[in-house]
Amino acid sequence: MKIIVCIKQVPDTETQIKIAPGGKAIVKDDVKWVMNPYDEFGVEEALRIKEKLGGEVIVVGLGPKRVTESLRTALAMGADKAVLISDPAAEGSDALATAKALAAAIKGLQPDLIFTGQRGVDEDMGIVGPALAEYLGTPHFSVITKVEMAADGKSVKCHKPVEGQTLVFEAPLPAVITAQKGLNEPRYASLPGIMKAKKKPLDEKTLAALGLNAAEFGEGARKLKVVEIIPPPGRKAGKVVQGDSPESKAKELVRLLHEEAKAI
Amino acid sequence: MPQGVMVIAEQRDGEIRKVSYEIVSEGKRLADKLGQKVTAVLLGQNIKTKAATLGHYGADKIIVADDAKLANYTPNAYAAVIAQVVKANDPAILLVGASVQGKDVAARVSAKLGVGMAQDCTAFSIDNGRLNAIRPIYAGKVYSKVTFSDNSPHMATARPNVMPMNPPDTSKAAELVDAGVALNESDLKIKVADVVRDAAGKVDLTEADKIVSGGRGMKGPEGFKVLEDLAAAMGASVGASRSAVDAGWRPHADQVGQTGKVVSPNLYIACGISGAIQHLAGMSTSKVVVAINKDPEAPIFQKADYGVVDDLFNVVPALTAEIKKLG
Repeated sequence: MKIIVCIKQVPDTETQIKIAPGGKAIVKDDVKWVMNPYDEFGVEEALRIKEKLGGEVIVVGLGPKRVTESLRTALAMGADKAVLISDPAAEGSDALATAKALAAAIKGLQPDLIFTGQRGVDEDMGIVGPALAEYLGTPHFSVITKVEMAADGKSVKCHKPVEGQTLVFEAPLPAVITAQKGLNEPRYASLPGIMKAKKKPLDEKTLAALGLNAAEFGEGARKLKVVEIIPPPGRKAGKVVQGDSPESKAKELVRLLHEEAKAI
Repeated sequence: MPQGVMVIAEQRDGEIRKVSYEIVSEGKRLADKLGQKVTAVLLGQNIKTKAATLGHYGADKIIVADDAKLANYTPNAYAAVIAQVVKANDPAILLVGASVQGKDVAARVSAKLGVGMAQDCTAFSIDNGRLNAIRPIYAGKVYSKVTFSDNSPHMATARPNVMPMNPPDTSKAAELVDAGVALNESDLKIKVADVVRDAAGKVDLTEADKIVSGGRGMKGPEGFKVLEDLAAAMGASVGASRSAVDAGWRPHADQVGQTGKVVSPNLYIACGISGAIQHLAGMSTSKVVVAINKDPEAPIFQKADYGVVDDLFNVVPALTAEIKKLG
């Protein structure tokens, strides 16, 4: 079983996001970069499948050199190898271009299963997984909370909660699965794991090395263009509901919600 | 020359979902600005008679893909049919509801068509004939205004509960057209092995009109009983903060925040939630926010329209009783 996990590096969710001068990007200095939380569920699931059925887990990232740290984290958790697509020309690529670069890196590896996070907690798109599947010509299952591999390793069942119900899909491999919280509880890297990770192979590839035309990547090739990044509409602190007991406060709150806010 | 606004409607068990009417309404507003028409597309099985209501909200034409192979949603087959319909009709704008299914199929369709796609938008405008979209990023810590390259259609999904619905005009009849459905073997690799239904009457957080949410201040899973009672009294769904979910008090599906669901209810009542930035991000598009917390310094009060500083275990039952009086 050869399993690929795609990894994105994102600002930690506790980060205050500030808009950079020029208004087209966020301030990236002083940001604590971490593996996208949803990708961790993908790494964990891949490791569990490998532990059961045997095989190899390869993590693939795209971005600047700092992404190496997140790939090493996955290697420390137990992944076998890493590939980093690192090319200044890829900087600022949109979701489709990112999926195209990942597809080029993954295709030659002939995987049985590919995991991504269900979305990056930065851009909140959720496009790369399904687009990657389109470029690889495989089925995809997105926002998955349970993966059941067939004993023969030839097909997979995936549970996808949608509003009001859970769809249980089944398809032959290869397939792309995007991981949702609830899929598993990701392990922490052990100290020996961290030591071993330093010696595991980590290949760097440029777009050209993947047979890609750099002109189709980066800021200039974006099909979705950022006009500006703006602060969210402000929410001001409102009224403190007055009353001399919990009951009187509850009564006043209901009055305000009913008469003033018209929310109930 | 691409023309018109196309919206992909969504049905579940033959019932058209609310978000579909929201995007038809928004599609109509955009089409009016362009002086163009709205076409709605509905996929499923035995849904022809249901499709007509899309016309009441502003669709001029409704394309129905009615086929046994589309009885249940599967991403590959639905994306293939939608891409075919789009290519045959060449719309300028393509809108999809940002439901779990809508976001999923839209991502695959955008790759099939090779067009940019703005996911989970909260506002649209037309600028020089080009679609502009506003989308919260970092779960709403900042917003991004985006536009599209010259490739068409300009494609976006719209967050549920945000776009206002047009008042339905039942006298308005749209033209109904059959889409030819041609699917090859690779489009049909995915089978639906099972459909497990949630408990009846439970409204998903992303679509809920009212949400009552609990955090660390609930003290344990049993603490949520008072929130369940309040939710039942007002017809709300129950949500939770990450700390409550990570403690195992509530299921993952209930989590509101940057690593959970992003919600836009009319009323959000946060109980015993301090207001970590990752939680605030997930509920910032709520219309009215109430915070109940005994700590007057809790950051949640900075985001709340109404704050109650008191012990939630005393306030919430009193609130439930007061709401029951409203009838």
